Amino acid sequence: MRNPYTREIPKYTWYLRQGRYVRYMAREVTSLFIGLHAFLLICGLGALSQGEVAYNEFLAVLESPFYVVFLIVALLFVIYHSIAWFNVTPQAMPVQVGEDFLPGGIIIGAHYGIWAVATIVVLFLAGVF
Amino acid sequence: MSERKINLEVLRYDPDKDSEPRFQTYKAVPCQDDWVVLDALNYVKDNTDTTLSYRWSCHMAVCGSCGMMIDGEPTLSCKAFLKDYGDTIRVEPLYHFPIERDLVTVIDDFVEKLTKVKPFLIPKQPKSIEEGEYLQTPKQLKKFKQYTLCINCMLCYSACPQYGLIPDFLGPAALSLAHRYNIDSRDGGCQERMKVTATNIGVWECSFVGACSEVCPGHVDPASSLQQMKIASTVDWYKKRLMPWSKS
Ligand code: FES
Repeated sequence: MRNPYTREIPKYTWYLRQGRYVRYMAREVTSLFIGLHAFLLICGLGALSQGEVAYNEFLAVLESPFYVVFLIVALLFVIYHSIAWFNVTPQAMPVQVGEDFLPGGIIIGAHYGIWAVATIVVLFLAGVF
Repeated sequence: MSERKINLEVLRYDPDKDSEPRFQTYKAVPCQDDWVVLDALNYVKDNTDTTLSYRWSCHMAVCGSCGMMIDGEPTLSCKAFLKDYGDTIRVEPLYHFPIERDLVTVIDDFVEKLTKVKPFLIPKQPKSIEEGEYLQTPKQLKKFKQYTLCINCMLCYSACPQYGLIPDFLGPAALSLAHRYNIDSRDGGCQERMKVTATNIGVWECSFVGACSEVCPGHVDPASSLQQMKIASTVDWYKKRLMPWSKS
């Protein structure tokens, strides 16, 4: 007689079952910081639109130890996520040249190249050079 | 050739007698150096316990029927060399599927989902037989060839936590096969498939854990096809709204 047995998946601890799930959850959880940082940037834009006084106030708030620590942590996670994303771009965006596909390393390398150029442009606009 | 004694801890389930699965250990199974886990199971079935049930056929990673959890990892048991494991090996049926008996799972859910994505050629311009075959260049073939290599072994479903948590999710193999036809130069069924694949039980349920591609024995890389389908679905969404006159 058929009587198939269904195993339950532990709802809150499923990701402890395999190392790769833990790494995935780490990625998911740390992305919260990316979201919060993006929100902070929008607040900054909002302050900017309200004039110099409001913007300077916003900048002053960012200098508090809490925000300095937050920004450092967010920066580390942004770098981590950028690298993680670059590493999967060959899967999401394969490029076929002639019959063959471009080696993944070239696609990943191109992203790092664009990242470097964008960073230099931003630093230039910020008056660092 | 030298012999090694292996303990096999196998999850057993007899639907007639058991209310839930239980582990049974086959102690000191005499194994040859070059054996795979499937050989050890076959030894047990031939010599110790004829009631042990599991699926297999080709013994060469082609038929896709021998997938099991081996030490917690979805693996083809005919490809799992004993030399890569310790002296005690834990063998369970594939996760995320109901257990029919012992290591045999019920995969009806996958078969149903597979039919939903229309995994067959829907010709762009239907031709009569007299008009000849649908031609394709080697380049066009290579574009999707990787996705034809799926052997329906279900390791990806077993590895995918999204499928485990949200059983409605169409899952990696079925969606990859849809993608295989979507990017086939002879096919014109992409829009039709998108009605199912570009939904929140389709590619949008995938959160790119990537486990499917890590366990895939055929290097199909299902995760890649799902990400490509997300991009296609996004482009399609914008196209329909920004350029309603264009035919996708
Ligand atoms: S027995 Fe055919 S894939 Fe393992």
